[in-house]
Amino acid sequence: MKICFTAKGTTLDAQTEERFGRAPYFILVDSENGSFETIQNPFADGGGGVGPKAAQVLIANNVKALVSGQVGGNAQEVLAAAGIAMYTYRAAGSVRDAFDQFTKNTLERSV
Amino acid sequence: MKLAIASGKGGTGKSMVAANLAFTLSTTDKVTLVDCDVEEPNLHLFFPAPAMMTEVTVPVPVVDETTCQHCGKCGEFCQYGALTVLSKRVLFFPELCHSCGGCMLVCPNDAIHEEPKRIGTLSISMPQPGLKLISGTLDTGSPHAVPVIRAAKKLAAQDPVVILDTAPGTSCPVVEALDGCDACILVTESTPFGLHDLQLAVDVVARLGIPAGIVINRSDGKDAETLRFCTDHDLEVMMTIPFSCEIAAIQSRGDLLCRERPEWQKDFCALYAKCRALAGVDE
Repeated sequence: MKICFTAKGTTLDAQTEERFGRAPYFILVDSENGSFETIQNPFADGGGGVGPKAAQVLIANNVKALVSGQVGGNAQEVLAAAGIAMYTYRAAGSVRDAFDQFTKNTLERSV
Repeated sequence: MKLAIASGKGGTGKSMVAANLAFTLSTTDKVTLVDCDVEEPNLHLFFPAPAMMTEVTVPVPVVDETTCQHCGKCGEFCQYGALTVLSKRVLFFPELCHSCGGCMLVCPNDAIHEEPKRIGTLSISMPQPGLKLISGTLDTGSPHAVPVIRAAKKLAAQDPVVILDTAPGTSCPVVEALDGCDACILVTESTPFGLHDLQLAVDVVARLGIPAGIVINRSDGKDAETLRFCTDHDLEVMMTIPFSCEIAAIQSRGDLLCRERPEWQKDFCALYAKCRALAGVDE
């Protein structure tokens, strides 16, 4: 299953980004084999309503879970309606670290 | 004659100038005073009177889920993220919607129609002969002030003399209030903050092509920097109101300087004459 991590860079060693809608990159990791793909968030510098727009990117890419620091109310509503699970990671470590914690099931599920 | 009263900085005395100017002019002419500071209207405090209320609405989309094929075109079109199309339902966030109507146009199945949504109110009163007061009030929690300001201005569109009290700052609500005005009074105070924000406001009115003049309020006599700025930018200081305990006390009681101290009426008449000259309106 595909898990989305919000990141400041393009690789698994990139630092995680606390914000969801304005995260520069979404790193989608396949939990079966650890492979990943990076999507540049087209709404990172958007004027407004970026949360729901970014959530649509996750839906279009068949993401099943999101790991991020802070997900706004509107984005949460969209993600919840789409059945995407949300987990909170605020340690400011790398995507790899966040993925490790996700697989060890130590992250708090927010919604 | 449409005359806007604006300022960069808040609390410089826009409403004080607007209320006294309207009061003075209404003793000889028909005047409409429009409170365009819809997030915090206050002119009604100076002119208590029974008012007629109307609602301000904006059109928002309603999706008919039985006709909708969930193709996603409306969600892709919406630049504000107000519509999200899922596989079996559409989510709508009314506070993000800018009422552009684009979703309705791009829907290939005619599944979207618009319905009015209330965002604020207008109140209209006649507090004294010759004076009509129109106040716009944005509902708490509603994010778009501009449609309420537009509706308030529309009510005064045919009136001969209109004085518009704008919100402070230089953002969209101020630009909306200034749009189409013949002249603008910028009220400032002789503080560094007052001057800094005056500079921003001068830039806005210049870009809108509206002739502007300055009123210095609460002057403590140390206006040199403000005066220098005005000279450098070819702005006339049309009136200077002193820093005075008495004026502050009148204002704090909700009274009007020109009613309590009628000798001030000639100063406000002179101010209006200068505004007419600014606007190029012939007597």
